[in-house]
Amino acid sequence: MGDLNEFPLKYKLFLKAYPWRRIDPVPWAPMKKPLDECRLALVSSAGLVIAGQAPFDESIRGGDYSFREIPSDTNLSALIDTHRSDLYDHSGLRQDPNLAFPLDRMRELAENGRIGSLNHRHLSFMGSITAPGRLAKKTAPAAVSKLAEDKVDIALLVPV
Amino acid sequence: MCNQAVGLVAAELERQGISTVTIQLLRYVAEKMCPPRALAVPFRHGYPLGKPDDPVHQHAVIEAALKMLEDKSLQPPAIVDYVAKQGL
Repeated sequence: MGDLNEFPLKYKLFLKAYPWRRIDPVPWAPMKKPLDECRLALVSSAGLVIAGQAPFDESIRGGDYSFREIPSDTNLSALIDTHRSDLYDHSGLRQDPNLAFPLDRMRELAENGRIGSLNHRHLSFMGSITAPGRLAKKTAPAAVSKLAEDKVDIALLVPV
Repeated sequence: MCNQAVGLVAAELERQGISTVTIQLLRYVAEKMCPPRALAVPFRHGYPLGKPDDPVHQHAVIEAALKMLEDKSLQPPAIVDYVAKQGL
């Protein structure tokens, strides 16, 4: 669990040989205020969309590097899983979207004061991106700028 | 690939001044990529917070992630292994 051995041999070999993008230098933004004063945003790579949004596009070579905004008042039952990978079991996430987009858990933490507040929007990506250059150079900066404009302090990122 | 995607977004968030913690399902990828703060969890892909419909367990994982944000002793890149409390 949580290692390369959960994948078929062919994919395991691909992951072993894949040139993972090294983040260098590693940027570092320490929290500037206590957690109970921080505004939090979620970022998921589970390919989630809501009604009216285009599904992530499986046909884009190298992976769909676009993003969707998920409003904070979204009912989790309204989220649609459009992730293209068949290398993992989607049933848990479809049963309980909190597994990869823990919006209910974050609402509870805001209500009990562990975090200051939830941002009014969150970010959804589709993580099956083998050619991540456009994500790193274009869409991630554009998406993050929106959270910076919202004065988000902290973010929890969840892959799937 | 999902682990890489969130790592790259985390790096951009930190560049723009937002503190991040990233759940990582593959410690191997975290070690290769070096996202700023990574909580390596022992769960399989598709289950990054453990179990569906188990708020107690999910909160335990999230709390471990939040503690990384609060830990002033961490230096970049920080990888912490999630250890489930007994009974979870």
